[in-house]
Amino acid sequence: MLKIDQPMHIKPQILANLEGEKSWRLKDYVARGGYAALRKILREKTPPEKIIAELKESALRGRGGAGFPTGLKWSFMPKQYAGEKYLVCNSDEGEPGTFKDRDILRYNPHMVIEGMAIAAYAMGTARGYNYIHGEVWDVYLRFEEALDEARAGGFLGQKILGSDFSFELFAHHGYGAYICGEETGLLESIEGKKGQPRYKPPFPASFGLYGKPTTINNTETFAAVPWIIMNGGAKYLEVGKPNNGGTKIFSVSGHVNRPGVYEIPMGTPFARLLEMCGGMRGGRKLKACIPGGSSMPVLPGDVMMQCDMDYDSIAKAGSMLGSGAVIIMDETTCMVKALQRLSYFYFEESCGQCTPCREGTGWLYRVVHRIEHGEGRPEDLDLLTSVSDNIAGRTICALGDAAALPVKSFVKHFRPEFEYHIENKKCLVPVDVQRAGSRIYVEHAAC
Amino acid sequence: MLSQDALKRIDREIAKYPPEHKQSAVMASLAIAQEETGWLSNDTMEFVASYLGMPAIAVFEVATFYNMYDLAPVGKYKITVCTNLPCALSGGYDAAEYVQHKLGIGFNETTPDGKYTLKEGECMGACGDAPVLLVNNTRMCSWMTPEQIDKLLAELK
Repeated sequence: MLKIDQPMHIKPQILANLEGEKSWRLKDYVARGGYAALRKILREKTPPEKIIAELKESALRGRGGAGFPTGLKWSFMPKQYAGEKYLVCNSDEGEPGTFKDRDILRYNPHMVIEGMAIAAYAMGTARGYNYIHGEVWDVYLRFEEALDEARAGGFLGQKILGSDFSFELFAHHGYGAYICGEETGLLESIEGKKGQPRYKPPFPASFGLYGKPTTINNTETFAAVPWIIMNGGAKYLEVGKPNNGGTKIFSVSGHVNRPGVYEIPMGTPFARLLEMCGGMRGGRKLKACIPGGSSMPVLPGDVMMQCDMDYDSIAKAGSMLGSGAVIIMDETTCMVKALQRLSYFYFEESCGQCTPCREGTGWLYRVVHRIEHGEGRPEDLDLLTSVSDNIAGRTICALGDAAALPVKSFVKHFRPEFEYHIENKKCLVPVDVQRAGSRIYVEHAAC
Repeated sequence: MLSQDALKRIDREIAKYPPEHKQSAVMASLAIAQEETGWLSNDTMEFVASYLGMPAIAVFEVATFYNMYDLAPVGKYKITVCTNLPCALSGGYDAAEYVQHKLGIGFNETTPDGKYTLKEGECMGACGDAPVLLVNNTRMCSWMTPEQIDKLLAELK
C-alpha cells in the first residue's frame, strides 16, 4: 500500500495512544488513565443528576446514527422504579460502510465498559448487555476477556471499588441480521426471538428489555463518556462545535488511498478528512459520497467537498451524518450498479414484518436490476420515486426509510446516468473502467 | 446429542440472563450446536429447544431468521465473501470471482469433495479491510488479494 504521511486522528479521545498489541488490556488502559472517571464519581459520590447534566452540557449526540442527545435520553429513565432496569450497548454494527465500533472494541474495550458503568450509575441500572455484531467473532471473544479482567479488577460486579454501586455486564452476540441494529429489534433478539422491531411508543425507557425500563446507546457513545466526566461537558463541546460536541470516529471506505477509521473533531472539513485518507485512489475525481452509511442520501462530489463533518453541516447539504460511515465513489463508479447493490441489501435484510418494506424493497431492487441490465423502461425512474415514497414513513422501523432514501437521492442527483442506461441499454461508465476502479488489491484476478 | 463441553458452554451463556429468561441464550446455543454438528438439523434444534425449555417452533424461527445459521449441510469450510457496496468498491466482487474460479463453484454451492461451501455475505462491519472473507462464521480474513486467497485455501485442508 501507498505510504501516506498523514495522521490517523486529530485530537483523539477514544482512539488515543493505542499503540501495541496489548493496548486493549486492563493494565494498559489503567496506565493510560482508564477507570479514573469511574473512580472519581464513586469516590465523590457524584449525584446521578449531575452526571446527566454534564452529558447534556457536552452536547454528545448518539453515535449510532440517529444523533439523539445522549443526556436527554438518559434523563428519560424512571428514577423511582421498584424492579430491574437495563442498560444495553448496541455494537451490532452492520450498516454498510461502518466499521468503527469494531476498532473501539478491539483496541479499547475497557473504555466502553467504563462508559457503561458510569451510565449504569447515573441511571440506577444493575445489569447490562453489549450486543456485538455476529460476523466479528474475534471482537466478541476479546470483549468477553475484557469483561473478565474488569470483574477481576473490581470495576464490574458487586460493590464496585468498595462502593455501594453494583453493576453486572455481559456480552451477547448477533448471528447475521442487519435489522438487529434497530434498537427494539435488538431487544427482541436478546430475548431470544426473531429481531423484528417493536412499535414505538412505548419507548425502551418505559418498556424495554423483558418489558423493563431500558437505555440503549451505541458503542462510541458509551466510549465518549469517561472523557466527558474527567474533563467536563463544556470542554467536550469546545472540541467540536455548537450543538455538535466532541470528536467523531469516521469509517472511510471505497475509492481512497487509505480506507480506515479516523477520529477527528466534529466540524472538521470533509476536504481535510479526505486528505488524511491519502486522497482519492489513483488521483481520480470524487464523483459521489454517502456521508453517513448506506441508508443516508448520496451527495455529489462537489457538494460534499464544501461540507464540514458534523450533523448540522451534512444535514444542510441534504444528507445525514448517520453513523459517520463515509463511502467514497470516484468517476469509475456506475451509480446504477452501486444503487443495485444497496437495494439488494435492503431487500435481503428487510425483516418482513411490514408490507410496504417487505414488498417494496424487492420491487425497488427488481426495477434497479432491470435498468442495470438494459431492460429499463422510461417510466421506471418515476416508479422508483413513487415506490420509495410509499415505503418511507409507512413502516414500524426506519429500515423502510433506509431503503428509500438512497434510491431517491441516487435518482435525484444522477438522473442523466439512469436515463442513459435506459436509453442505451448500457452503462455510461465502461465496464473495464469500473473494474479498474475497484481493482486495487486484486490485480491479477483470473476472470 | 451435544458433547459435555458444548453443554458447559451453553450453561455459561444461560447464566448471563435472569433465570426466568433462559430463552435469551438460544442464539448462542444454536451457534455452539452448529459449531459442533456442522449444521442445524431438526433434531439439533429440538434438542436445543428442550434444553432451554422453549417450543421447538420458536427455536426454528430464530434459526431461520439469522443468516449465519445453516439449515442444510455445508462444506467443512464455509467461506462467505462480502460484496456489499463499500467492499465492491475495493475489490469485493474481484475477490469473489477469484475464489469461485479457484474452487470451481458459484455462490451457495459446495465442492464435490465436500470441503468448501461459498456464500455471498452482507456487511460484516469491516469495510476498511476490503476485500473481506469470513471462514466458518468465526475467522475474518482482511485485504484478500489473490495471493492471500491462495495462501488461505492452501491452509484450509
